[in-house]
Amino acid sequence: MAVILFKDRVVRPLTGNMAVSEAMRQINPDVVAAYPITPQTEIMQIFSSFVSNGYVDTELITVESEHSALSACVGASLSGARAMTATAGPGLALMWEILSIASGMRAPIVLNLVNRALSAPINIHCDHSDAMGARDQGWIQIFSEDAQEAYDHLIQGVKLAEKLYLPVMSCMDGFIVSHAIDRVSMLADEEVREFVGEYSHPYPMLTKTVTHGPIAMTDSYMEFKHQQRLAMEEVEKALNEVSKEYKELLKSKGNLEDWEIEKRILKFVEPYKVEDAEIVLVAIGSAAGTIKYVIDKLREEGKKIGLVKIKVFRPFPYEELAKYLENAKIIGVLDRAETFGGKGGPLLSEVLTALYLKGIFKPIRNFIYGLGGRDFNIIHVKEVVDILERTLKGENTPFLNYINLRKDYLESLK
Amino acid sequence: MIEIRWHGRGGQGAVTASKILSSAVIAEGSYSQSNPDYGAERSGAPLRTYNRVSKKPLTLHCMVTNPNIVVVIDPTLLDEVDILEGTDENAILIINTSLSPKEIREKYNIKGRKIYTLNATDIALEEIKRPATNIPMLGALVKVLYELEGLPKLETVENEVKETFGKKLSPEVLEGNLRALKRGYNELISE
Repeated sequence: MAVILFKDRVVRPLTGNMAVSEAMRQINPDVVAAYPITPQTEIMQIFSSFVSNGYVDTELITVESEHSALSACVGASLSGARAMTATAGPGLALMWEILSIASGMRAPIVLNLVNRALSAPINIHCDHSDAMGARDQGWIQIFSEDAQEAYDHLIQGVKLAEKLYLPVMSCMDGFIVSHAIDRVSMLADEEVREFVGEYSHPYPMLTKTVTHGPIAMTDSYMEFKHQQRLAMEEVEKALNEVSKEYKELLKSKGNLEDWEIEKRILKFVEPYKVEDAEIVLVAIGSAAGTIKYVIDKLREEGKKIGLVKIKVFRPFPYEELAKYLENAKIIGVLDRAETFGGKGGPLLSEVLTALYLKGIFKPIRNFIYGLGGRDFNIIHVKEVVDILERTLKGENTPFLNYINLRKDYLESLK
Repeated sequence: MIEIRWHGRGGQGAVTASKILSSAVIAEGSYSQSNPDYGAERSGAPLRTYNRVSKKPLTLHCMVTNPNIVVVIDPTLLDEVDILEGTDENAILIINTSLSPKEIREKYNIKGRKIYTLNATDIALEEIKRPATNIPMLGALVKVLYELEGLPKLETVENEVKETFGKKLSPEVLEGNLRALKRGYNELISE
C-alpha cells in the first residue's frame, strides 16, 4: 500500500519537476513507463526513488526509448491500469507514432511534457515546438505558467482524461519552470487520492475478451476519427466539471485566497486586465507571468494593456478567447514555436480563426520569441508593446517580428 | 521584490546556497524563486545563479538582468567576470575577499553602490575545513536581506541548512556549517 507522507496540506519550495513528481506520488498511478531526457530526467529520478522507497504502488517500467515508453502506457491503460509518462522535446518527437495510437485507441494516459526545443541544432532549453508539433494528434493539451499550475493541472488532468477516455499532455516550460524553485502549495496525499479516485476502463483487456487496435479500412476508419472529434467537443463540459470539483476541494480546508483558488483550477483561458485594454497580448506558458508584471508597470504609466493566457491549447477555446479580444484596438500574439512557411506561429493561426468566427477584423501582429530558451524578459515585453503602439499610430510595422535576436546577427543581415 | 545574482564557480555551492535562501523565505510564508543559469556545467567554471525574494506573489519567469544585490563567493572571479553587469549605483555588492570594502572600491574603481566584504574563505577553512564559501556568504546575504526586507530570519535559514545537509553530513560537519553561517552573518564588514 502506498505510504501517506503528507497528512495535511503543505507549502513547499519546489521546482516544477519536483512539483509534478509529488503530484504523481499523490496520484499513485498503477503504471509509469518513461525514458530519461533533459529537462524531464529529474521527474523520473525523483519518481523512481518514490517507487524504490515504497511510497507508491506503481509498476515502474524502464524502457529503451520514448517510443516504447508510450507503447507500454497504451497497453497498460487499455488493460485497466492508470498509466502515466513524462518526456521532453526530442523524446516527444520519438513518441509521435504512438501519440495518435494512444488517442485513437482512447487510452486516457497522462503525459508530463517538459517543453524543450527540437533539434537541430541540439538544444536542451525551452520552446513549444515539441507540443505544437503534436497538437493535431488527438491529445488534450494543457500549459502551465509555473510550478504551482503544473502541480494542479496534472491532478485535474488525470480526472479529465479518464472522464472522456482521451489522453492528456500537461506541459511546463523546460528549465524556466522545471528547474526553478518556487513556492508550491500542495494538497494532502489523501485529498488527491480521493479526488482522482479509482481508474476503471469499460473494456479492460485483462478481464474481458475484447479487441483493441483492430484494422479499420475505408469502410470504418473515418467513423473512428469522427468519434474522436465528438469526444473533443465534450472536453469543455468535462473540464468545467473537473475544475468545479477541484475548486470545492481547495475551498474545503484552510483559507486559501480567491486569487489562489482561481489560479489553481483548470481553465481554458486566464484573462488579465483585459476589460479596458486597448492592447491585448495572447501568450502561453511562463512568458505570461513576465507579461503580467510588465502590464502592471505600464498601467502605472496609464497604458491600457491586457493579456489573455491560453491554458488549454487543445481543444482550443475559440469563443472564449474572441470574447476577450472584442474590445481591443490591436492584438499581439506571442508564439514560442515556428511554422516555417506559415504566416506566423501556431497560436497566431488559432487566434485568427477565433476572430474570423466572430466576424472580428482588427490589427494584429505576431511575435516569435524564446526559441531554444532565448530569454524573454521585461525589456522584450516592452519591445512587443512598443511595436504594437507604433502600429496603432499608423506606422507600417512588420506582420511577424522575431524578438531578441542577437545584435551581431542582425548586423550581418544588412 | 529584491533580485539577487550570485557569482561562483562550478562545485562551490552557489546553487545550493541560493536554494536554501528561497526555501527559508518560503518557509516564512513569503515568496521566492531560485533559478540557476543552466549551460554546460563543469567544475571550476564561472557560473551564475539567481534569487527573487518578495512579500507578494512573484510572476516574473525570466533571467535576473538588473540585480539589487550581487554576491561573489569566489574572489578570483573579480578579475574574470563583470560583476557589476546590469547593476545601477543603488546596488549592493557582497564580496568574499580578505580586502576591506574601501580597498575593493579603489582596486576595481567602483562608483556608487554599497560594498560589503567578508573573508568567507578563512571562515570556511576554519569551520568546515574546506573552502565551502557558499555557507558563510549565505549568512552575510541573510544579514543584508533582513535589514532590507525583514526576511528571512537567521534561525529559519539555520533550519533549512539542517534540512538540506542533515542527512548528508556528519553531525560535526553540519555544526561547522551552522557556525560558518552564523559567522558570515556576524562578521560582515560594511563601508
